[in-house]
Amino acid sequence: MSSPVTESAPMPARPLPVRYRSTKVRRQRVRAAWYFLAPMLVTLTMVAGWPLLRTLYFSFTDASLSDMGDTLFIGLENYLVYDDGRWFGVLADPVWWRAVWNTAYFSVVSVSLEVMFGVIVALVLNAEFKGRTLVRAAVLIPWAIPTIVSAQMWAWMLNDQFGIINHLLMTFGIIESPIAWTADASYSMWAVIMVDVWKATPFVALLVLAALQMLPKDCYEAAEVDGIHPVRVFFKVTLPLITPALMVAVIFRLLDALRVFDVIYVLTSNSTSTMSMSIYARQQLVEFQDVGYGSAASTLLFLIIALATVAYLYLGRKQLQLGGE
Amino acid sequence: MASVTLDRINKVFGNTHIIKDVDLAIGAGEFVVFVGPSGCGKSTLLRLIAGLESISDGELTIGDQVVNELPPRERGVGMVFQSYALYPHMTVYENMAFGLKLAKTAKETVHERVMSTARILQLGELLERKPKALSGGQRQRVAMGRAMAREPRILLFDEPLSNLDASLRVQMRNEIARLHKRLGSTMIYVTHDQVEAMTLADKIVVLNGGRVEQVGTPQELYQRPATRFVAGFIGSPTMNFLPARLLGADAEGCRVDAAGLAELALPQDASGHAQGDGLTLGIRPEHLRLTAAQGSEGFEIVNVEYLGNEVYVYLEPKQGDTLLIQRSEAPSPWSIGQRVALDPDPEHVHLFDADDRALPAKAARAAA
Repeated sequence: MSSPVTESAPMPARPLPVRYRSTKVRRQRVRAAWYFLAPMLVTLTMVAGWPLLRTLYFSFTDASLSDMGDTLFIGLENYLVYDDGRWFGVLADPVWWRAVWNTAYFSVVSVSLEVMFGVIVALVLNAEFKGRTLVRAAVLIPWAIPTIVSAQMWAWMLNDQFGIINHLLMTFGIIESPIAWTADASYSMWAVIMVDVWKATPFVALLVLAALQMLPKDCYEAAEVDGIHPVRVFFKVTLPLITPALMVAVIFRLLDALRVFDVIYVLTSNSTSTMSMSIYARQQLVEFQDVGYGSAASTLLFLIIALATVAYLYLGRKQLQLGGE
Repeated sequence: MASVTLDRINKVFGNTHIIKDVDLAIGAGEFVVFVGPSGCGKSTLLRLIAGLESISDGELTIGDQVVNELPPRERGVGMVFQSYALYPHMTVYENMAFGLKLAKTAKETVHERVMSTARILQLGELLERKPKALSGGQRQRVAMGRAMAREPRILLFDEPLSNLDASLRVQMRNEIARLHKRLGSTMIYVTHDQVEAMTLADKIVVLNGGRVEQVGTPQELYQRPATRFVAGFIGSPTMNFLPARLLGADAEGCRVDAAGLAELALPQDASGHAQGDGLTLGIRPEHLRLTAAQGSEGFEIVNVEYLGNEVYVYLEPKQGDTLLIQRSEAPSPWSIGQRVALDPDPEHVHLFDADDRALPAKAARAAA
C-alpha cells in the first residue's frame, strides 16, 4: 500500500526494443523468478485450486455426503431446473435468496460501521496522550480473540435469561423484560452485526492508524496557521489522504463479511433470519448431506465474492486515478 | 505589514528551557533572519510567533496587539515550512485557495488572489499540477504562494531552502530577496545557514542556547561581533582563534601577546582587564598575511586548498587542534611543509575576554 504522499511518478511503460529483451542475464533472472514462485504456485494449486475445481465439479453432480463414490453428472440441475411445472435448484430457493440478502445486508452494514468506528478509534489513538501504547494494545484484544471464542462469549452475554446485557439494561430501567437478542428475528441480525463490529473495528482502526501516522505533520500545522477548521481539515485533507488505506481495509473486511460463517453460526445457528450464504451451503452440504446442491451454493458464493471484488477493485482504481493524477 | 515586538519571551518544554528571555523589536517591513546552530531555539522562536507553540512567559506584540493568547489565524501570519507542507492531493491552485476559501472570501476574490500570487511567483503554468509533479524549487514557490495569498501581516519562513540543492538554493534566495523588495512585507526567516542570513537579512538575530547573542545588520555582525560565538558563526571559512595574554592597556588601546605571534598593539579598550589576563584573539582568514619564517619559527603549512579564485592555506596551530586558515587570492606562493609567520592586520583583529565577550575598539578606530 502506498499513500499518495510517497508515491513516485509512474514509469513510462514503453516496450523495449527487441535486442534488450532476451539477454542472458535477463533469461537467468526470469528463470530464478520462476524457481522462487514455484513452491507457492504448487501449494496454491493444491490447497486452493484443487478444492475449488472439486467443488465446481460436485456442483454438477448429485453427490451425497453418505456416498461420494457413486455420483451422476446432472448438469445444471443443482442450480436451476424446470420440472413438472415448477422451478427447482439453488437459484429457485427463496431461502437461498434470503441468505444472499442477509449476507449483503450484514456485509454493507457491518463494514460501514467498522470503517466509521475504525476511523474514529484511529483518530483517538493517533492523538498524543498518556498511556497511548497501552490503549493501542488493549484496543487490539477483540481482534486477537478467535471469533468462535468471542462469539460464544457474546452469546452468553446476550443470553435472554442469564445474559449480563439484559441484566444491565433492566437494572438501569432501559428495558422492562428480557430480550431474546439472538433468537428474536427482529434483533438477531443486529446482534450479529454488533458482535462483528466489536471484533473487526480494531483491525480497521489499526490500518487507518498506520496511514494516519504516515501523514505529513507539517500539512496540519500549515492548516492551523491558515486557520482552517479541524472538521474541514479532516474531510479535505485527512480523509482523502487515508483513502488508499481505507480501501484496503474495506476490501479485506468485505471479503471477510461476504463469507461470514462463524459469528452467525455460534450466535444464531441455522436461523433463517440471519442465515448467510456460507451457512446455507454448509446446511445443505452437511446437514442435508447434499454435496452436489451444497457445492452449487458454494460455487455461487464464490462467484458473488469474485464479482464483488472485481467490481470494487475496478471502481477503486477508477477513483484513485481520478483523485491521484 | 506589521511590526513585531518580543518582550522577555520564554519557552519551557517539560524540564527544558528552550527560549530564555528573548527581547527583540522587528520593524514593519523588515527582513529579519534568525540564525544559529541546530537546537538553538530559532525554529521554536518562529513557532512561538506563529502561534504553533504557546508562550510560557513574556509578551508578544504584533502591530499594537498583544497576541499571546490568539490562535495562529487571528495573528495574521503566513508560514512557509521547510518540507513545503503542501497538501499532496490538491493541485497548486487548490493548495493556494484552500486557506482563502474558509475566510468567507467571495469566489472571485479567491480566484483573483490566487492568480495574482501565481503571477508574482510565476506559477501560472503549474496551477493544475499536483505537488508531486513539481520540482523542489517549484514546490517551494507554491508554499510561498500559499502563505502569501492570504496577504498576511507577517510572513514566516522556517528553513525554507534546506531541502533544495545548492544551486537552486542560491536562485531561490535571490527570488525571496526580490519578493521582499517587491511586497515590502515584514518577513521573519529562520536558517542555520549563515550565508542565507548574510545575504537576505536587513537584521540578523544570532541565537545560541535559547538566548540572543547579537542583533545587527550583516555588516555589524561581520565586522564587530559582540561575542566569540557570533565571530565564529558568521563568516566562512570561520574566524581563527588564538589564545593571547594582555600585556598592558593605554589610551591608544592595548598590547597583547598571542601564541606564535609577535607582540601586537591593538585598538581595543582593555581598561577593565588586568595585565596578564587571558584573552582570545580572533582574526578572519582574509586578514592574515603570511611571511616566510626561519627554522622552527612560526607555523607549519599542513594543507593548501585551491578553489580557483582563491586559496585557503591551513596551518598547524601551536595549541589545540583546530587548524588556522588563511585566505588569499589565487595564485598562492605557499605549499605544504613550508613554515610561515603570521602578520595580522591590527585593524581587523578581535579580542574576546574570558567570558567570550568582545572588547570594544576605541571610538576613533572603530569606524574604520
